[in-house]
Amino acid sequence: MAGEVNAPSLAVQVRFERRAPSSSVFMLDVAFDLPAGITILFGPSGSGKSTLLDCISGLLNPVEGRISINGDALFDSAFSINLPPQARRFAYLFQSLALFPHLTVEQNVCYGISGHPLQGKNDRIEAILQAFHVQSLRKRKPRELSGGEKQRVALARSLVTNPRVLLLDEPLTGLESGLKSSIVGDLRMWNAANHIPILYVTHNREEVDALGERVIALEHGQVVSTGIPHEVLDAPRRSRLAQAAGFENYLEGRVLDLRGEDGVMRVGLGDSSVEIEVPLGYVSPGDGVRVAVRAGDILLATERPAKLSARNVLEGTIQAIEERGATVACRVQAGVPFIVHVTRGALRGLQLSVGQRVWLVLKTHSCHLVEE
Amino acid sequence: MAPLWLSFKLAAIVATLLLAVGLPVAYWLSNTRWRGKFLLEAIVALPLVLPPTVLGFYLLVALGSRGILGKFWLALFGHSLAFTFEGLVIASAIYSLPFTVQPLLTSFESVDKKLLDASAVLGAGRWRTFWRIILPLSLPGIITAVVLSFAHTLGEFGVVLMVGGNLPGITQTVSIAIYDRVQSLDYSAANQMALVLLSISFVVLSSVYALNRRGGWPWLVK
Repeated sequence: MAGEVNAPSLAVQVRFERRAPSSSVFMLDVAFDLPAGITILFGPSGSGKSTLLDCISGLLNPVEGRISINGDALFDSAFSINLPPQARRFAYLFQSLALFPHLTVEQNVCYGISGHPLQGKNDRIEAILQAFHVQSLRKRKPRELSGGEKQRVALARSLVTNPRVLLLDEPLTGLESGLKSSIVGDLRMWNAANHIPILYVTHNREEVDALGERVIALEHGQVVSTGIPHEVLDAPRRSRLAQAAGFENYLEGRVLDLRGEDGVMRVGLGDSSVEIEVPLGYVSPGDGVRVAVRAGDILLATERPAKLSARNVLEGTIQAIEERGATVACRVQAGVPFIVHVTRGALRGLQLSVGQRVWLVLKTHSCHLVEE
Repeated sequence: MAPLWLSFKLAAIVATLLLAVGLPVAYWLSNTRWRGKFLLEAIVALPLVLPPTVLGFYLLVALGSRGILGKFWLALFGHSLAFTFEGLVIASAIYSLPFTVQPLLTSFESVDKKLLDASAVLGAGRWRTFWRIILPLSLPGIITAVVLSFAHTLGEFGVVLMVGGNLPGITQTVSIAIYDRVQSLDYSAANQMALVLLSISFVVLSSVYALNRRGGWPWLVK
């Protein structure tokens, strides 16, 4: 069909840095494509969600990157393109909604199109007020509206401008779920006719389940996962990268397989045939990983333990015993070298000696993935 | 009552003039990231701490026939600015500048930045955002600024004496006239004018404070 229009899509590639006065640097470094429809941007607070929306809308300038809609660049550091927010024709709903307190609902909704010719303007306002069921509130001031009404008005105000993209920063926080889903229903209905990409930021898991067709998971300023909610949202099973400090054992390894349902994966250590089970990380089979284990988290047994909940039991030999004050460090070769801390009492009780055969017991969740 | 009328005329002109100057200055101050901003802030606040005689002295020099402003005025109108009503307007405006700029700056800065962001995203440029959002939401500050500069001009004495002298009908404001009457021991005339000035100042100030306090500004109530 000749009139067939390609579904619009927003391409985002952004790097942003913020140097806080406390010298810690926040880095945002993401790239993704946003097709028409609702995409959830999911991540804990401080992960950079709002910063990302500010960059996309033009309120903040990325250090480098490219933001384009249907190939039309709005920001491109390589070509010094940087359209101001006014020229991007994006709608952006803040968490605070930012309705103009001195203007009525109608004046608020009118704000973004007041430069347009009068003819057609009234029809558009009428249509959008109806679409979000706020026609009866047109003469009210924002302070006379309930929470849900404010959100509807804010949506109407943003969308009456026929934006090319809608950015929503936790707009429905604090609404009860029935109201929430009715507003989202109205939004979906509106977008069924308009087909624009909608980026919906939330840190609320329930909202993701209720809304999501697609989810982008953001952590520490980076996209850690993209996909359908079910895949991405098994996030609780996926552990964050641990701080690579305070561990006596660092084990280089390679991911053998992922067991998503169990929230674990198997990692082969070094060049050895030793395999351990560790918490599921944001990695793929074949990826190199570093696993950190505290020497005090490893149990040491002089006989092969049985009927344990711990999943990792490795056989090895004691290479050395070093007494360090109250604790005793045992160097154990178990395919790869380990340091294990035991107490003096355990050293006497087990009568540990160099050359002795021992079994190391590692709980899955004592194994931490750390950054390279 | 000529001095009283003169004072009102002076105060009204100065308040209007200062609003026109103060709005862009305060807006610029509230927006700029210029490092030297503090210098301008300090200059604006100087009249608050300087004795009127110091300010008046320099103004007299500047406004006189050999001063920068005076020469300019002389070339333009054939007379210098010292001991004229125009000179009085300029001197009073400089003296009352902080009373206009401070309230404007405070209210511009207290407008929620998210509203300005929302306005930008909705396509409004700086100019439109200023007129449609910042200005209406700063109305209490604007009224405070106008009233304070008006009242402050009405009540000034030292600077007027320095640059205006005491020419009845031209530069003799009410505060000067009162001083004049007291000097000539005409206490009842002095008392009359002083009482009028006192009551007007009190009424004006109390109505502004009442409006600011009692939610006279409906959209500012949380």
